[in-house]
Amino acid sequence: MSGVDKWFGELHVLQDIDLSIDRGEVVVVIGPSGSGKSTLCRTINRLESIENGEITIDGQQLPAEGKELAKLRADVGMVFQSFNLFAHKTVLENVTLGPIKVRKQSKADAEKRARELLDRVGVGAQADKVPAQLSGGQQQRVAIARALAMDPKVMLFDEPTSALDPEMINEVLEVMVGLARDGMTMVVVTHEMGFARKAANRVVFMDGGRIVESSTPEEFFTNPSSDRAKDFLSKILNH
Amino acid sequence: MQFLIDNFPLLWDAFLTTLSLSLLAGVLALVLGTALAAFRVSPIPPLRGLSTFYVETFRNTPLTVVFFFIIFGLPQIDFSVGFFTGSVLAVGLYTAAFVCEAVRSGINAVSAGQAEASRAIGLTFGQSLREVVLPQAFRSVVPPLGNVWIAMVKNTSIAAGFAVSELTASMQRLSNANAGELVLVLVAVVVGYMLITLPSAYAISRVERRVAILR
Ligand SMILES: Nc1ncnc2c1ncn2[C@@H]1O[C@H](COP(=O)(O)OP(=O)(O)O)[C@@H](O)[C@H]1O
Ligand SMILES: [Mg+2]
Repeated sequence: MSGVDKWFGELHVLQDIDLSIDRGEVVVVIGPSGSGKSTLCRTINRLESIENGEITIDGQQLPAEGKELAKLRADVGMVFQSFNLFAHKTVLENVTLGPIKVRKQSKADAEKRARELLDRVGVGAQADKVPAQLSGGQQQRVAIARALAMDPKVMLFDEPTSALDPEMINEVLEVMVGLARDGMTMVVVTHEMGFARKAANRVVFMDGGRIVESSTPEEFFTNPSSDRAKDFLSKILNH
Repeated sequence: MQFLIDNFPLLWDAFLTTLSLSLLAGVLALVLGTALAAFRVSPIPPLRGLSTFYVETFRNTPLTVVFFFIIFGLPQIDFSVGFFTGSVLAVGLYTAAFVCEAVRSGINAVSAGQAEASRAIGLTFGQSLREVVLPQAFRSVVPPLGNVWIAMVKNTSIAAGFAVSELTASMQRLSNANAGELVLVLVAVVVGYMLITLPSAYAISRVERRVAILR
């Protein structure tokens, strides 16, 4: 993405954002609340429109509307802070809906693949339950499987562990680390430094709608170059 | 009692007329009202405008005026419908506005995250509505739709004024001819309406329990 600007009314949420992500790269986005991290994520699959600049995925400009846009979104997996599993469908149906309706797979193929993915994220035994019967950590892993079922080119994670009880954070992070190891291209908004250290190629620090700093995890956590990053790190480290 | 037995065929016919009027208008209202609600939340502004215009027009027009318009107004522009069909249209089109409002409030009760998640896996607007949003919206909409249905069944009585021999018309006819049996006639007609609305109310509460989802 280059030169991206986004306003919410008077509020300039994203200011002249330039960011390019290589295939297979894992980028962690970090920054204070309200700095525009979620909005950045959401512009990448156009859940939010942008006013200036351009975003391309795999050389393709983001389409503005309609079927083309839907097709692009199918290639971009998204995992939300609040899981957003389809409440009226079983876990298995949550994972097969996209492959059947968007990828036009047969139900049998989609279910076979879905069960493999559910096993991979460790919730295979829950396939026939509805989301409300699962713990937060299990729901988030189902959400990851749902995104993976579309064979996305890139996955976006918007604070995937912030709504979880502490004991469930690791089970989700482990799945994400596994994905990173397998070469998935990932953009992850998170304050989990353990994850950033273990899996990220790059840490991007945002503040006030701008990218203030972009460096390796090691550099960022041990020797941040901007005062704002230092200030932010001291706050999250001291509690 | 003999009076009721003598007039049973007439009352039964009237009951069946009210019932079929209700069912046909109900289907029309449900289909059209749901489509209007989908228009109302669609990303296309002209569709939203159309839906708003429709709902405000029909919601704020007395049903009797809608009847007049369809049964006596449309022939003026060379579009005639019979009394029964006209009544189905009047009640159905009018009720669609209320169905739309009920379904729309149900759609609004489904959290925005559900629609976002469905768009994020690549469903189109229509697919997301059909597969994810409406099935959840209908669950919270069963009780208000039940109220709309019961109000609609009673509203079909206006067709009595437009030469449709339904329950209320039979009441007028029988009580004019047999003033002494007025109370009996009233009770028979009320029972006729209740035969439709009470089982509906029961069915609605059953459906409501069946479709309740865990959140
Ligand atoms: N839909 C919206 N309408 C108006 N303002 C919004 C909307 N979404 C987010 N904002 C504002 O944009 C800013 C950035 O939000 P967000 O991207 O969610 O930040 P972060 O994820 O870093 O906490 C905040 O000030 C927030 O209040
Ligand atoms: Mg956020």
